[in-house]
Amino acid sequence: MAPRAAARLESLGFDGIFEYKAGKLDWLAAGLPTEGENSKCPRAGEASRKDAAVCGLKDRLGDARDRAKRSGLEVAVVVDAEQVVLGLLRSKELEMDPNLAVEQAMRPGPSTFRPYVSMKEMADYMVEHSLESVPITTSDGKLAGVLLKSDATRMAADAAACTRKLIITADPAADA
Amino acid sequence: MSTLIDREAVQEMVKRGAQLVEVLPAKEYEEDHLPGAVSHPLRQLDQEADQLDRNRPVIVYCWDSA
Repeated sequence: MAPRAAARLESLGFDGIFEYKAGKLDWLAAGLPTEGENSKCPRAGEASRKDAAVCGLKDRLGDARDRAKRSGLEVAVVVDAEQVVLGLLRSKELEMDPNLAVEQAMRPGPSTFRPYVSMKEMADYMVEHSLESVPITTSDGKLAGVLLKSDATRMAADAAACTRKLIITADPAADA
Repeated sequence: MSTLIDREAVQEMVKRGAQLVEVLPAKEYEEDHLPGAVSHPLRQLDQEADQLDRNRPVIVYCWDSA
């Protein structure tokens, strides 16, 4: 739509037309503020834990487990050097042989969610799919935090849902 | 030909006075829009273009590049 708008404005004689190609989804995914009806509803990014444990593919699983325990959360997120999410270690994986490499134990390619999804929508989704925690990422896949079901349901209890549902996921069953 | 820009450029250009225009339907603008953006839905652009300042850069956006 934006390319057509840009083309039309140019045809109407405007100079200096720019197109923000990645658009509103990119802006929202970066967790930047917006204006409008939905700006009042709490979103996933606000409650996501920024102190969640992270680890690399080659790290020792026992070390990842120690980090997860220190964070107080039963989850560790596997990321690369750019903080792009590669996998997830929940309780079941964290309790495996501590001498395994993280990549041998992790759940690869977990579903990730954007910071702009409303808390109500996230809470409903996590309850429906029995997800205790999910990674929140920017549109380029970088970890922004980890949202706990307990946080989402607590914050969603009194919150209005955003007007538009924004969760897009391919295979929720794979994450449960 | 319009120039493609990223999020950082949007922020910088808006600071310098560029006009930010959401071209999605008005309802979608009302739900969420970038700070300071104005709504000129694509289908109304012909009628509303004169409301834009021709002397300042115009940044258009929708949901994504579609």
